[in-house]
Amino acid sequence: MAQPSETQTTDIVLPGSARRLLASALSWLYLVAIYGFIFLPVAVLVLFSFQDGRLPVPPFNGFSLQWYESVFADRRLMAALANSLMVAVVSSVISCLLGFLAAYALARYRLPGSVLQRGLLIAPMTVSYLIIALGLLAVLNALQVPLSLWTVGIGHVVINLPLCFAIIYASMGDHHVNIERAARDLGASDVKVMALVTAPMLMPSIMAAFFLSITFSWDEFIIAFLLSRFDVTLPVEIWSMLRSGLNPKTNAIGSLVFLASVVVLVVLELALFGRSRKP
Amino acid sequence: MTASVSIRNLTRTFATFKALDDVWLDIAAGEFIVLLGPSGCGKTTLLSILGGFLTPTSGTVRINDRDMAGVPPAQRSTTTMFQDYALFPHMRLIDNVGFGLRMRGMDRASRDAKAAGFLDLVGLKPSAQKKPHELSGGQRQRVALARALAVDPDVLLLDEPLGALDLKLRRQMQDELKALQRRVGTTFVHVTHDQEEAMAIADRIVVMNHGRVEDFGPPSDIYMRPKSIFAAGFMGEVNFLSGRVGRVECDAAEVETQIGPIVLPIANFTIARPQAGERVTICIRPEHFRAVDQRSVAGLSEAIVSDVSFFGTHHRCHLAPVASPEKRLVAHMPQSARVAPCDRIALSFDPAGVTALPEVREA
Repeated sequence: MAQPSETQTTDIVLPGSARRLLASALSWLYLVAIYGFIFLPVAVLVLFSFQDGRLPVPPFNGFSLQWYESVFADRRLMAALANSLMVAVVSSVISCLLGFLAAYALARYRLPGSVLQRGLLIAPMTVSYLIIALGLLAVLNALQVPLSLWTVGIGHVVINLPLCFAIIYASMGDHHVNIERAARDLGASDVKVMALVTAPMLMPSIMAAFFLSITFSWDEFIIAFLLSRFDVTLPVEIWSMLRSGLNPKTNAIGSLVFLASVVVLVVLELALFGRSRKP
Repeated sequence: MTASVSIRNLTRTFATFKALDDVWLDIAAGEFIVLLGPSGCGKTTLLSILGGFLTPTSGTVRINDRDMAGVPPAQRSTTTMFQDYALFPHMRLIDNVGFGLRMRGMDRASRDAKAAGFLDLVGLKPSAQKKPHELSGGQRQRVALARALAVDPDVLLLDEPLGALDLKLRRQMQDELKALQRRVGTTFVHVTHDQEEAMAIADRIVVMNHGRVEDFGPPSDIYMRPKSIFAAGFMGEVNFLSGRVGRVECDAAEVETQIGPIVLPIANFTIARPQAGERVTICIRPEHFRAVDQRSVAGLSEAIVSDVSFFGTHHRCHLAPVASPEKRLVAHMPQSARVAPCDRIALSFDPAGVTALPEVREA
């Protein structure tokens, strides 16, 4: 039944294949463009972090590690880096713990207004970081809590808890119910069931939630800026450096931050998704 | 360890649905009991109540003469083996089997030794370091069994444990399960909807339907002398004939049926002593039809063979009695018999294999 149309198109075989070639070329171009659009700024940043000379602008004068040297020599930057790391790890651990407990309760028990509670837990995802930061600032002022890295951590728990809850809740299937029941039947208390059975079974999604929280906290600026005072996180420190003009050091520290995020993503990919590919 | 179980007027309702309706059962210590019935008959509900996962709406359960009301699963001397095995996926087999011992505070060395012993019991000692996902279905089933037995339960509750296995493995596991139960002596309560499985492993079978116990007894009693139409039909193929009790003598009674009068011993009326004029249903298994000989019932209608298939051990025939042509009977004729469609044969059966029950409308 394809016969008539085939005879009809024999005289335009060449344009047909040319069109296919063009389509293929265009889709390749699109691919290159989209990845270029995403990664070109990063590539430029990384390239000019190795710039030899005073200005981080084209042309590229030559390869040098001087900016990295000065970054590692800068005690304020290094202190901010350590602060960022600490806030990211602590706030992510707390977010995962609270998210896990909330998910466990909502998945396993019949609670009053569970749909509403689930909605309220996820709702902060839809609120902008600026609003969250301003709200927290007002509350902290009212309670006369001094701003510190702790208050930044609280802010990061607020933004990461909905994420951790959603990821862990989604992986809590009914197929785990009988396994938990078996553990209880064999004498495990509720706390032991959670610690020895439920949490280890959900470890892939708990780890995914943890690493995503880390990257979000690591990059976050507005909350960290508004809720900190003397000790600041890395994005805030970089921002204050930028105020005093364009500086190749910012390219170097930016490249390092990017590298850290890439490492976390690679670890995530290898540790979790690599393992889940096995049956 | 082992214990008796006694269940008294147990009822469980879910909203308006009665899952269990006034169940009474007495299970002796060390018995292998099978709860048999179609899905939705209440057998799994009963098992969950025994395990402590569900509370009864009314009635009592006593295990080893102790009232179980309000006792959570962990504090009962029961363990449950779940249909999907419910193994801990992140633990090695030895840790799976040793989990209950760990919860009882046993130190690692002794619980590993004990767990290895139970893995040995089910033939999986060499796999002790493996994780559950590395095992086949039958092996997982064995691990679940070892894990449940490792805590020395008095009563082991098995929820369709063989349901996920293929037929051949299933038959093999039935034999293993029965042999294991004999060795450990624990009371087993096993749920299934497969009557062959029930007959293969049970000391006594509880036939359930619509939340009620239809029959309770050793497999041969339930097969040969069912106490209800449902039990007769669920345990295997059966022909039902409706009839009316005629003359009653001291040890036998005559029943008028569509295919002629049948004289049955009084013992074959399983519910109550027959009264003249009472309507009854006669249950005849296909294999009880036989060639006419001196022991068989005489004076029955002849029948036309409408259909024959050879099953190896027997010929399965569909018969239409001449006296009642719209009625269809199924009979198993001996391997050596020569039967062909349209043959006219004399109907005959051994009265010992026939049961009479109070009439329920025929299906």
